[in-house]
Amino acid sequence: MKELDIFPLELHRAGLSMGGKRVLKDIDCQIGARPQKTFVIGPNGAGKSLFLKLCHGLLQAEEGTVHWGGVAGKDARLAQAMVFQRPVMLRRSALGNIDYALRLRGIARAERRDRTEALLKRTGLGHLAKVSARALSFGEQQRLALARALAFTPLVLFLDEPTASLDPAAAHLVEDIIEEAAVDGTKVIMSSHDLGQAQRMADEVIFLHRGRIKEFRIASDFFAAPKNDLARDFLEGKPLWWRRRSIYRNGGAK
Amino acid sequence: MDAFAAAFAAAGDLILSADAGLVEIIALSLEVSLIAVGLSALIGMPLGGLIALATFPGRRAIIVVFNALMGLPPVVVGLVVYLLLSRSGPFGVLDLLFTPTAMIVAQVILVLPIIVSLTRQILEFLWIDYRETLRSFGATRIQCLATLLWDGRFMLVTALLAGFGRAIAEVGAVMIVGGNIDHLTRVMTTAIALEASKGELALALGLGLILLAISLVLNVLAQSLRSLGETWSLA
Repeated sequence: MKELDIFPLELHRAGLSMGGKRVLKDIDCQIGARPQKTFVIGPNGAGKSLFLKLCHGLLQAEEGTVHWGGVAGKDARLAQAMVFQRPVMLRRSALGNIDYALRLRGIARAERRDRTEALLKRTGLGHLAKVSARALSFGEQQRLALARALAFTPLVLFLDEPTASLDPAAAHLVEDIIEEAAVDGTKVIMSSHDLGQAQRMADEVIFLHRGRIKEFRIASDFFAAPKNDLARDFLEGKPLWWRRRSIYRNGGAK
Repeated sequence: MDAFAAAFAAAGDLILSADAGLVEIIALSLEVSLIAVGLSALIGMPLGGLIALATFPGRRAIIVVFNALMGLPPVVVGLVVYLLLSRSGPFGVLDLLFTPTAMIVAQVILVLPIIVSLTRQILEFLWIDYRETLRSFGATRIQCLATLLWDGRFMLVTALLAGFGRAIAEVGAVMIVGGNIDHLTRVMTTAIALEASKGELALALGLGLILLAISLVLNVLAQSLRSLGETWSLA
């Protein structure tokens, strides 16, 4: 899959509504193959997951456009993979989960076996290959979901807060696998509200707030001196203005 | 009370001696019901799955119709199939009336809505869980359906059991389209009705006990299979 060039990802005035509410608004950005790791950060409800799903093609823009370097939607989707915050395990063994996903893409049996074995080993799940995927711990399931996504040898790997529910050790293992994938040339687009993780891993940052991109910069510049007031408040751990208003109204801490 | 006990004793004798007439009736009952459930599953499971996955105008109406059809009165189905298969009916030329095939047709009509509705419910629930992951894999709609049917197989046993329960216990439709002809279309339920009306309680009770036992054994087997599958896959 790595020979196909689908970059850049271009969103032009893209918007999305859900239940009559506009959840993504006027999204304008261009994401290239480099730098390797783009982080999407922002407070809860900012639209991070929706942004990733829109880019991956799981959601269709109601306004504006989303284009992958001129490559048709279906071809572009097949060059990508996504890992969700809550891993969905098929009712099969760990090995069966990867093998079946590859079978859906028409990969030959020998190739499937090689990729599956290699990825289970790489993610430290080799000894659990025959165990039911749903019997694995949450951390192991998330690593399996990553292995399953990487089995497609994607050009782009979308990660929707993959470590949000993991303990530090499990999160560290997942981060290592992501770093390895990036070193191997996979473009990583990951959402997170773990600022420490974003500072450690991100090459560039998209800061989202209430469905709009407020800042899109190289990570080191963003974390050193964010230009946007909301981004600055977010990095300093302050309640953002619309939250502050509701807290004051309810007589909470000032 | 003595007559009741005597009937039970006679029923026991019939079962233990594997009475040829009894065995023939049981075999035909199982054959008709299992074929009807099998055919209904072949049609109903993919159909239920498609309704679960698809979004199209009128989907809700179709769901309501299938749910309503789960309570179809068997005698009405029997009457309609009778009219369709009778010599003056549109399918009279097939000469199927008063044959086991006619009984299978009637049972398929009764069982199909149950399997479609339960399959739709089960797979719709699973689809909520799987939708984004399978779409992210690039799975086609047919691949999604096949995945859901396979991964939901242990839950779908419930749909098959409900269908089999409806088929094996049904009397009205098979009586009308089968005619309860000895050695040809007599099944357990029609035989029980006939023997009871004649006052031959031994055979009626024997068949009744066997009918209960078959339902019980099949349910135990299905539940064991389901539990085994769920233990393995933690479904």
